[in-house]
Amino acid sequence: MSNKTDDHAEPNYWMVWLALAVLTAVELLVAKAPGPKSFVVFSLCALALAKAALVALYFMHLKFEKYALILIVMSPLLLSAIMYIGLVPDAITHLHWLPH
Amino acid sequence: MAANGGRGMAHAATMNEVERFENQLTPGWGKLMMWIFLCSDAMSFAGLLAAYGAVRLGSSNWPVPSEKLDVPLTALNTFILICSSVTMVKALSAIRHGDRKGFLGWLAATMTGGASFLGIQAYEWTHLIHEGMTIQGNPWGVSTLFGATFFILTGFHGCHVLSGVIYLFCIFVRGAQGAYGAENYSPVEIAGLYWHFVDLIWILVFTFVYLIS
Repeated sequence: MSNKTDDHAEPNYWMVWLALAVLTAVELLVAKAPGPKSFVVFSLCALALAKAALVALYFMHLKFEKYALILIVMSPLLLSAIMYIGLVPDAITHLHWLPH
Repeated sequence: MAANGGRGMAHAATMNEVERFENQLTPGWGKLMMWIFLCSDAMSFAGLLAAYGAVRLGSSNWPVPSEKLDVPLTALNTFILICSSVTMVKALSAIRHGDRKGFLGWLAATMTGGASFLGIQAYEWTHLIHEGMTIQGNPWGVSTLFGATFFILTGFHGCHVLSGVIYLFCIFVRGAQGAYGAENYSPVEIAGLYWHFVDLIWILVFTFVYLIS
């Protein structure tokens, strides 16, 4: 019995790899960049989430999965997001305390 | 009799419809179960990272991580893990096309990447422990939780990498025995999901623990 699970066209994995490598290099530059602390922190978080999304969408093939599976995956992530949003007020307060 | 036959055909048609509907919804049970496991594992890491953030924000003497940790070496480690993810998808691609030799080669490269990551992490840990940083304290007079959170987060992730390398080795052995092919690659895809998840989590750990000052 065949147990093939998907038949989507393959993305260009080397382009995804290149994008991840470039984003990692940008992260290293941003971490050393002068400027407001909050801007650096939010930029690093955005870059990390972009890299994580690339891995999930293309390497884990989430972009090509069935809608039901995407919903299953997104539901706990939504709960995690709520937990992190709960930390944001404290984080913002703390970032204002830090010297720029 | 004819009425029974008609009901039987109608029942079979209904069952086909149900199966077709189920097939549209589910991606295959093995893959679905791995995804559910990864979701629960993601929640574990989310809890650890949130706790790390809360502890760090609440500490008045948290050090600048780049002054205590080897960021360039860890950036290299991150790159190695990213490379191992691309070799994993190439292994899956090879077996989907029936290229068993290519599959084994790419999978061996993936395992090598994972083992290298672990080796570099072991070197980093050894170096830090020799400097006096432990789970209970450090010689720099900064928050004692710096070492605890660092070793717990990177150690928990490192256990995942070690499990992943062992998992991939099992897939490699089965693959060398001819268990997988163009029509039967689902276990490889499921193992790949686990490996990419380990990469994805490291991307977040690297940013939060090493880069954010």
